Amino acid sequence: MVHRFDTLVIGSGLAGLSAAIEASLQGTVAVIAKLYPTRCHSSAAQGGIAAALGNEEPDSIEWHVYDTVKGGDYLTDQDAAGTLCEDAIKTVIRLEHLGVPFSRTPQGKIAQRRFGGHTRDFGAAPARRACYSADRTGLAIVNTLYEQCAKQPVAFFPEYHVLDLVIEDGRCLGAVALELRTGEICAFEAGATIIATGGYGRVFKTTSNAMASTGDLLGILYSKGMPLEDMEFFQFHPTGLLGLGILVTEGARGEGGVLVNGNGETFMEKYAPRIKDLAPRDMVSRAIITEIKEGRGIGGNDYVYLDLRNVPRKTLETRLPEIMTFSRIYMGVDPSEKPIPVAPTAHYAMGGIPTDRDGRVLITESGAAVEGLFAAGECACVSVHGANRLGCNSLLDTVVFGRRAGMKAAAQKDKSGPGMPPGAMERARETVSSLLNNKGGVRAGAIKKELQELMMDKCSVFRDDAGLRAAAEKIETIRQKAGNISIDDKGEKFNTELLDAIETIHLVNLGEAIVHSALQRTESRGAHCRQDYPERDDGNWLKHTFIRKKDGEIHFSFKPVSITKFKPEKRQY
Amino acid sequence: MDKTFRIKRFAPEKDNASRWEDFSVELGPHERLLDGLVRIKEFTDGSLTFRRSCAHGMCGSCAMKINGRSRLACQTLADDMPELVIFEPLPAFPVIKDLVVDMEPFFEKIRSVMPYLVNDEPLPGRERPQSPEEMEKILDSIRCILCACCTSSCPVYWGDKQYLGPAALVKAARFVLDSRDRGGKARLDLVSGAHGAARCHSIYNCVEACPRDIDVTRHIAILKRQTLKRGLRGAR
Ligand SMILES: Cc1cc2nc3c(=O)[nH]c(=O)nc-3n(C[C@H](O)[C@H](O)[C@H](O)COP(=O)(O)OP(=O)(O)OC[C@H]3O[C@@H](n4cnc5c(N)ncnc54)[C@H](O)[C@@H]3O)c2cc1C
Ligand code: SF4
Ligand code: SF4
Ligand code: FES
Repeated sequence: MVHRFDTLVIGSGLAGLSAAIEASLQGTVAVIAKLYPTRCHSSAAQGGIAAALGNEEPDSIEWHVYDTVKGGDYLTDQDAAGTLCEDAIKTVIRLEHLGVPFSRTPQGKIAQRRFGGHTRDFGAAPARRACYSADRTGLAIVNTLYEQCAKQPVAFFPEYHVLDLVIEDGRCLGAVALELRTGEICAFEAGATIIATGGYGRVFKTTSNAMASTGDLLGILYSKGMPLEDMEFFQFHPTGLLGLGILVTEGARGEGGVLVNGNGETFMEKYAPRIKDLAPRDMVSRAIITEIKEGRGIGGNDYVYLDLRNVPRKTLETRLPEIMTFSRIYMGVDPSEKPIPVAPTAHYAMGGIPTDRDGRVLITESGAAVEGLFAAGECACVSVHGANRLGCNSLLDTVVFGRRAGMKAAAQKDKSGPGMPPGAMERARETVSSLLNNKGGVRAGAIKKELQELMMDKCSVFRDDAGLRAAAEKIETIRQKAGNISIDDKGEKFNTELLDAIETIHLVNLGEAIVHSALQRTESRGAHCRQDYPERDDGNWLKHTFIRKKDGEIHFSFKPVSITKFKPEKRQY
Repeated sequence: MDKTFRIKRFAPEKDNASRWEDFSVELGPHERLLDGLVRIKEFTDGSLTFRRSCAHGMCGSCAMKINGRSRLACQTLADDMPELVIFEPLPAFPVIKDLVVDMEPFFEKIRSVMPYLVNDEPLPGRERPQSPEEMEKILDSIRCILCACCTSSCPVYWGDKQYLGPAALVKAARFVLDSRDRGGKARLDLVSGAHGAARCHSIYNCVEACPRDIDVTRHIAILKRQTLKRGLRGAR
């Protein structure tokens, strides 16, 4: 089956839905997603979306830009951060107009709370900048945008898994997808294609990310020899529920929660004297791991406590109700009575598909783009988050840059595009049938487990040369093993085992890109912390990494950082 | 601890009817039933088919019938279940494969109640004001994750597949109760038909099933009352 639309959006998270609504104003739009639209991982976002509304205390766009740049350890492109923070205010107001049920101040305005790294007066003290709907902000916004799509001419194709992008002579012609229900391979031809497929936290063993967060489209581009940007920067969120990695929002510390070590002491004042527990995530995660390594975990174990007992019960119930529920269900802990056991969890990919501010996918560090191909949301690297994203800046990124990509994509002159070349679907059919017929006997689950444990062990919060080299070697053997993945399920209909195997292969490729990018960057910046190179090195490394693989060889090139206003300074909080 | 997972299976390309299959699984006390299903799929029988994504009760994917009740596999801990755990697909929806059912009839109902904010008044430059008290009225319904645990447990829905069902009615109530919405009459018309709110007999299965503890019947009662009020006014 061949479908044809002016704009094709892959992914129904906040980036995809924002792009689709915008593009639907200028032509026909299809949204294809491997899950039902509202099942995307944006629905799990808890804490809020940042905008300098100034509803609760004075705020300014400039402070927001400064925080975003400093939070990103000066790898943030400042022109892009400017766009993000300027668009933030009208974006949040527009979301409210569309119906998002934000929590409110007594005066009926959108309520705002504190979040890590968001400050007033260029770092003087924490600022209330996070607009929220209790601790289920993602669900509130996803539902609203999905509801709005019901009013627009947006065609949804739920449970269609994209297997390939069709790019010929520098131009994207659409995508090839497998319809889960029937097992049929379909082509989607489009004048413009927008990738909005979210993060890839499943590369790591402990993660806050959904099981579907496997970075498929990054894997597809990487295997086509196209570049990925800043893959060494992966954020670990300080507070995942012990063992499960389920997120406890930074909003919990924004409302007054504190981290406590095995001696019963708060410890963040040692690492960030001014804003303590509200320091950016990279710093807090390192602080926790340092406490643990120096023997001050709880009972000498690999975790610390998040103590919310000093937060009034009423606040917990109205502003953090989901956290209360998660703690009770999964940990058996009532946070108003006992502290929550937490440890860092793999959370957010700063790196991804290189794009410009209009979402155009770049193929060179000097700015050449693939015609008709766009990317937005967590899968993309604009880069507004630099070496470390601030909380609440990602939901903002998805909506701001999703819209911009939707607008630009739909404005393509040649709306329907030249159509698919013959054989486009054949490649995908071959991938599927070779997997189904492979008798190698290796289970995808075993590959995934080995990869995730390796990445956690050698390439998480702290890294060094020896560990990364060992990881790079091991990944090569994992990749070879992955060539022997066999599948029990030979059926065509709803063959999720087949898709798990394909996702696993993408994860192995992304693991490789992360490890090699981390190995070559011999400095520490933001979330990338090299124990053998503990200092930031602006002289050599104030630049973005582009990694690509051609004929089995990995190549690096670099793109300068856009610096408009804020000169790199030592990062202290 | 060791559990027996007894799973109702159906492979559309092989089975004429569903069949039962037992798996034994070892699960830690903090582990979710979903972890057990994933382990079976990854290491024992890759063809076992179910939906999942977030693994912590936020996305609504993993709703299924577990020991006789519609619930989320990722929100049910091994510890809280007996040694024998019985898995079936969600009732009342056509089975596609194993624990996967066709959700289209469910989403179609949701789409049919004007599930979006209606307000054509001129937009203010800033946010529309809404007091915390007004917001409180929608606080319960906006938590819905569209998992279909409620609708699949509703005896009225079992008998009448055209019945809108609890989830779609909660969605309608979410907008009826929103102080910013002006779609009141048109939306109430949609839920007041022969297969609308009036069909509900307040049997409360839905409330019991909802993994988000949403007071489903309270929302249906509000719709009934508002429909009635409008009916009376119309008669004058
Ligand atoms: C637990 C948690 C809490 C968070 N809280 C916050 C917060 O409070 N504030 C904040 O700013 N950020 C937060 N974040 C980060 C933020 O939520 C995410 O970065 C953001 O939602 C990503 O949105 P997205 O649209 O890019 O992707 P997603 O929402 O992940 O959507 C990806 C889409 O792509 C589809 N897809 C993927 N692969 C394929 C394929 N092969 N074929 C077809 N479709 C495919 C999926 O079906 C899905 O629809 C949080 C993240 C997590 C994990
Ligand atoms: S209360 Fe109404 S909607 Fe809920 S189960 Fe009973 S009949 Fe169905
Ligand atoms: S009301 Fe509850 S049970 Fe019904 S769909 Fe929503 S969350 Fe699920
Ligand atoms: S997997 Fe998301 S609700 Fe269970």
